[in-house]
This record gives sequence, structure tokens and C-alpha cells, in this order.
Amino acid sequence: MDLGLSEEQEMLKTSARDFLQKECPKKLVKQLDESDEGYSPELWQKIAGLGWLGLMFPDKYGGSGGSFLDLVVLLEEMGYNILPGPFFSTVVLGGPTILAAGNKEQKRELLPGIASGEIILTLALTEPSVGYDASSVKTTAVAHNGEYVINGTKLFVPDANVADLLLCVARTKEAENPEDGITIFLVDAKSPGVDCTLLKTLARDKQCEVLFNNASVPKENILGELDQGWPVVQDALQKATVAKCAEMVGGAQAALDMAVAYAKERIQFNRPIGSFQAIQHYCANMVSDVDGSRFVTYKAAWKVSEGLPATMDVAVAKAWTSEAYRRVTLLAHQIFGAIGFTMDHDLHLYYRRAKASEMMFGDSAFQRAIVSRELGL
Amino acid sequence: MDFRFTGQEEAFRREVDDFMQRELPANWTEETLYWPGGYGTIPDFEKINPATEIFRRKLAEKGWLAISWPEEYGGAGRTHIEQAIFHERISYYRATGPDIGTLISGPAIMRFGSDEMKREWLPRIARGEIRFWLAYSEPNAGSDLASIKTSAVEDGDDLVINGQKTWGSGAHTSDYAWMAVMTDPDAPARKGISLVIVNNKSEGITIRPIINILGLHSFNEVFFDDVRVPQRNIVGEKNQGWYYLMAALDFERLVVAIGGMRRTLEELIQYTKGTYRNGQALSCAPLIQDKLAELAIEIEVADMFFWQTAWMLDRGLLPNIEASVLKLATTELSWKLANTAMEVMGPYAQLERGSKWAPLGGRICTGYLDCISALVGAGTSEIQRNIIALRGLGLPWS
Repeated sequence: MDLGLSEEQEMLKTSARDFLQKECPKKLVKQLDESDEGYSPELWQKIAGLGWLGLMFPDKYGGSGGSFLDLVVLLEEMGYNILPGPFFSTVVLGGPTILAAGNKEQKRELLPGIASGEIILTLALTEPSVGYDASSVKTTAVAHNGEYVINGTKLFVPDANVADLLLCVARTKEAENPEDGITIFLVDAKSPGVDCTLLKTLARDKQCEVLFNNASVPKENILGELDQGWPVVQDALQKATVAKCAEMVGGAQAALDMAVAYAKERIQFNRPIGSFQAIQHYCANMVSDVDGSRFVTYKAAWKVSEGLPATMDVAVAKAWTSEAYRRVTLLAHQIFGAIGFTMDHDLHLYYRRAKASEMMFGDSAFQRAIVSRELGL
Repeated sequence: MDFRFTGQEEAFRREVDDFMQRELPANWTEETLYWPGGYGTIPDFEKINPATEIFRRKLAEKGWLAISWPEEYGGAGRTHIEQAIFHERISYYRATGPDIGTLISGPAIMRFGSDEMKREWLPRIARGEIRFWLAYSEPNAGSDLASIKTSAVEDGDDLVINGQKTWGSGAHTSDYAWMAVMTDPDAPARKGISLVIVNNKSEGITIRPIINILGLHSFNEVFFDDVRVPQRNIVGEKNQGWYYLMAALDFERLVVAIGGMRRTLEELIQYTKGTYRNGQALSCAPLIQDKLAELAIEIEVADMFFWQTAWMLDRGLLPNIEASVLKLATTELSWKLANTAMEVMGPYAQLERGSKWAPLGGRICTGYLDCISALVGAGTSEIQRNIIALRGLGLPWS
């Protein structure tokens, strides 16, 4: 058993923290949150220069051949500092899915462009029913003259507003088993019949409604096999769920660090408020939550990275981390008092994201249902 | 990172498993009242059972009472991860064996004791020949342990001890007190305390039973009237006891019953599958599924805290706030396990052992009481939070 990060991972962690602190200060975070694009093309290019966009791609596709665990280390730091933009959509939801399911041509054509920052991707999966199961996919793709015509509504699609390419999950066949008959299409976000509307959300993350109204895509744009797309989606969801946990761990650690620093310097009743046991115990509870989240998240991430069965561990991580992050940011608000309730302050950035992350890829109750199935109930 | 056991660790786990299944008295796991996390039902604290005494000897023969100790002191010279594997298994089987001597006094002597003291005590502890009880608390020194009054005054080669200790679990079944005494009452707070080993048979010791919440005699109040102890029984340096005591408490907090929690959850799941209400198995009810899943998730979290501390020890690090986080998480879980079981089972869960209606042999009824000791013993939950905040995060005292 070895529960430590490798030397390279420690270096990645440190350099990521330094880079993000310098290049993505909270002033920029807030500016991007309030903008329609939600990302800085200049910063995006710098990130491409660091090799983060192709972290998991092999050398021949312009990547650096890193593992999923390396990506998780990086994502924890992005959660800590907060990096607005389509990194998660492109590097977690999109890139690895193309790498896993794409044919040679698709990979040759797309992966180098993703790694160099030219192509922004996202996964268009969820619909108004917001389920993460195959039966929730109602959007249809019908073959017509060598093309597929897509119709349907995708909702809560992250970063579709700036994406060049959508990985659209559609139903190509009605079958008894809803997992049969799902196909993933690579859709140019600018094609006719694709209409994207930015939704204004709690966390100011850029989630969108994407309407497909007779949008045609050539059959060459099928990613993976016709009708056999669901296992690919499941695999992508599993990675995304753990990756989201990693971001949450980072965010929770940041909220804890901020609250502890403030508790040491804020004077009331002639003493630092951190000398009061009520505040100390809040902080202790936060430590338990943050450390527990980190351990279960890395265990799940390691399993996913190694290609081991991880259904139980991923559900445990997401169930626990979702609630822990929410608890930690709420206690942090309690410690900061009124100042934390201002737009000028940074804490709300985390409080908002905690709730958004909790809901993404299934909240705690959803994950507990998976755990109970895994327990044989 | 690698969360798997190595080949050697896996083999050791199988060896321990086989041993437990072979050597434990028949029906032991059903018979024992043991509740994971609780202190009130630890069998040896009540009386020494001849059957488990044989089992303990066999553990000692294999060096398993002191798995991570060096061989020169009678240990098995294995890693802390392997020791943790052993503890996880032994708690799963609700077995006894490791005790205060092997888990608290021994590791403290190894870290702070003189070579002479190590030679004198460690092999006997590793062989399971002697038992210790913790003489820390006093009627007016509980959470505020630094305010103990029991005095130890030098007289020639001896110390003369006067005072009263309380909550001495298993004092009546042990051979030696592992004892905190005041050796310099004029020193600043925490600078006048020493740790000393006192023979229970010394003249002037009176042990009186205290019956715990379960109706069992596990606790004692113990009086010391001019009890003489050789000064060489002082652990480490005189007046440095507070520091040793804090480290010893960290060792104590690492002993958590993670395997026992898994075992109880497994039994609970089995129960819900075989119990029908209104024509439907309890295991099919969404609310019950959710509660059991919540429990399973918290056990997974606690499990990671558990392995983390063992992993740290193997790297030469001394878990401190990690010990407190682990203790806090697992003891709150001990309560939650009992409370959730009560909710899942309903009125049947309140039945004591002996009733034909009592599910799981009345274990839940016992557990619901015993888990209180988990929240309070070895430093209350509040004390753990203080430690995390003050020592871990550096928040100010005042």
C-alpha cells in the first residue's frame, strides 16, 4: 500500500498552484464569471503551453502521456484556486472520450488541436429530465441520405457557448434495453440547426441549453460504434464524476484555509475569534470533511486510473465529497460573518460552486442509491 | 499511489484470517458483546475468560501481540500497515488480544523509555504475560487531565504515591497501572507530571468497582495510600510525562474497530434482506437503502483515515491530528451505526440479549449504550476538535 503522490505529481501540484495563483487571481475569476464567454483565451493559450490540455494524450497526438491520476492532481489545484473556463469540458469530458472511442482519423484530426488549445469541446448528454441514465436520452438521430439528422433538447451542457465541437449523445434505435441504441456524434457547434443559449446559473458556470433542430451530421462523425455509445458515455461519466470530486476537494481546502487565516486575525471581544471553541470546532469539522474527501476521492481516482472496477468507490467519493464541500463552505461563511456576504469577498465563489458541483453528475442521494445497489440491497 | 495490498500484505491478511477462523473459541463472534468503538464491552476489562486467554497465548507465540515491534523486543518486526491489517481482521472477528500494554504502554516505552526499561518491560508485554490499566483520570481531572492531584514524592530510591484515580477500565483484571502522577506541583502547568508504572499488588492500593451503563463491571475507582514505587519505573524523564501522555493518547486513538464496523454493517444488510414487513423485504425499502448506503460511505471514509495513519507510521511520522481525526470520525460512526441499526430494525432493536425476539443476539441494544463511551473515552469528541484546531491548524489558545 502506498498512499502518497509521486515526486512528479507533487511537482505538478506545486507548479499548478503557483501558476494559477499568479495567472488567475480572483479579480479575473470574478470578471470571467460575469462575462458571457467565461474564459480568457490568453490564459487558455498559456495553459495549452504548459501541456495541461493534452495531459492524458500520447506523445504522437501532442500530449504528454500522463495518467488520469495526474489529471486529478491538477484538477484539485484548479478547484483550489478556481479556474473558470472550459478546461473540465474539454480535458475531462471531451478529450479522453475521443481518445478512448475515436477512430484513427478522428484522433489524428482532433487530439493535436485539443492539446494546442485550438479546439474546445464539451459533452451534450443531459436533457430536461436531467437523468444520467440511458433512458433519459430522448434526443434522436435518424439516418437520412448518408447523414444523421439530430433533433432534441440538451440541457445543462457545460461550456457549449464557447465549444467548437459537441459530443452529442443521441438515440439511434429504440430497443427494449435503453442502453442499446445510443450513439455519440461529433457535432460542429456552429452547424445549422444547432442553437445554444447560455443559462444564468448560481455558480456563474457556463451551462447551456442546446437545441438540435434537424441538425445534420455526416455518418463519419459517429464517435465509436453506431448504437453502442452508452458504455463510452458511462466511462466518461465515471471519470468526470471523480474529476469533479477532485475539484471539490481543492475548493473545500481553499475555503478551510481562508476561514482559518481569518479566524486567527479577526478580533472580537478583545481576542481572535479563532480562540473561541465554537470557531475551533467548526474548523476541526472542516478538517475532517476536507481530509476525508481527499482520501476517498484519490482512492476512487487511483482505481479509475488503473482501470479497476470503481463503481462503489466513485459513488462513495461523490456522495461524501458533495456534502462535505457544502458543509465546509457553509461553516466558512459562518466564520466570516457579514463580510463573506459581499460580492467583493471571495468566499461566495466557493459556496456557489459547492452547490453546483454537488448537483453535477448526480447528488448524494443519487450516489447513495448506487452504493446501496453495490451493497446488494 | 497504490491502494492495493502488496503480495506480502495480502498473504499476511490471509494468514490472520485463517488463524482467527481456526483458533477462536467456537461461536465466539456471536457470544461476545463487543461493540466497535465502545469501551464498555471489551471482554478483558470485565473478567479474564480462560478460552480467550488461550487464544491470546497463541497470538503471543506468533509475535502478533506486537506485530510492528522489532524482533529484539519480542515483536514480529512487521510494518504498521501489517499491524493495521491485523487490527482490522481481529476487530472483524470481535476477538481480543492486543490490549493497553501492546497498543499504548509498549509503543510509548519504545519511543520514550530507557534501554533498561525497554529490556525489562517490552518482551513481557509482547509475550502477553502482563496487563496494564490506564490510571489517568481523577474525580476532578477528566478532560482537563493536566490538573491531576495524585502526588508522587521522592523518598530514597522510591516514589511515594498518594491520591485517587477513576474510570480505571480493567484495573481489577490487570497487573500494572500505567499512571500519570504529579511529581512537581510547583512547576508551571503540564511541566510537573510524570508517567510511572505501578504494580497493582503494591501495598496501599484499593480497587473498588464502578458498574458501567451496561451493568458490567469494567470501571474502577482506585485509591493510592503511601504506595511505594521504585523510581526506575518512571517512563523517560521525570516531569516530562505530559508530553509522553499526549503521544500515548495518540497511540490509543489509532486503535479503532474498523473491521467490527464492517462486520456489523454486513449483519445489518443480511437482516434487512431476510426481514419482511408488509410483504416486502426491508432491503427493498428506499429509505432503508439510503440509510445503509450512508453508513457504508462513512465507513469507507473512516477506513481511509485508518490506513493513512498506519502508512504515516511506516514513514516514521507520528500521527497527531490524524489520530484525533480518526478517533472523532470512528467514534461518531460507532454511535451512528447503533442508531441507524435501531432505525432500521425498529422496536425489535431495543430487546436485550436473551429474548427470542432480539435481532442479532441483542447486539444493537448493547451497542446503542456502549457507543456513548466511544464519544467520551480517550478524550471526548470536543477534546479531539480542540486538538485538531489548536495543534493542527494553529488557532490561538486565547
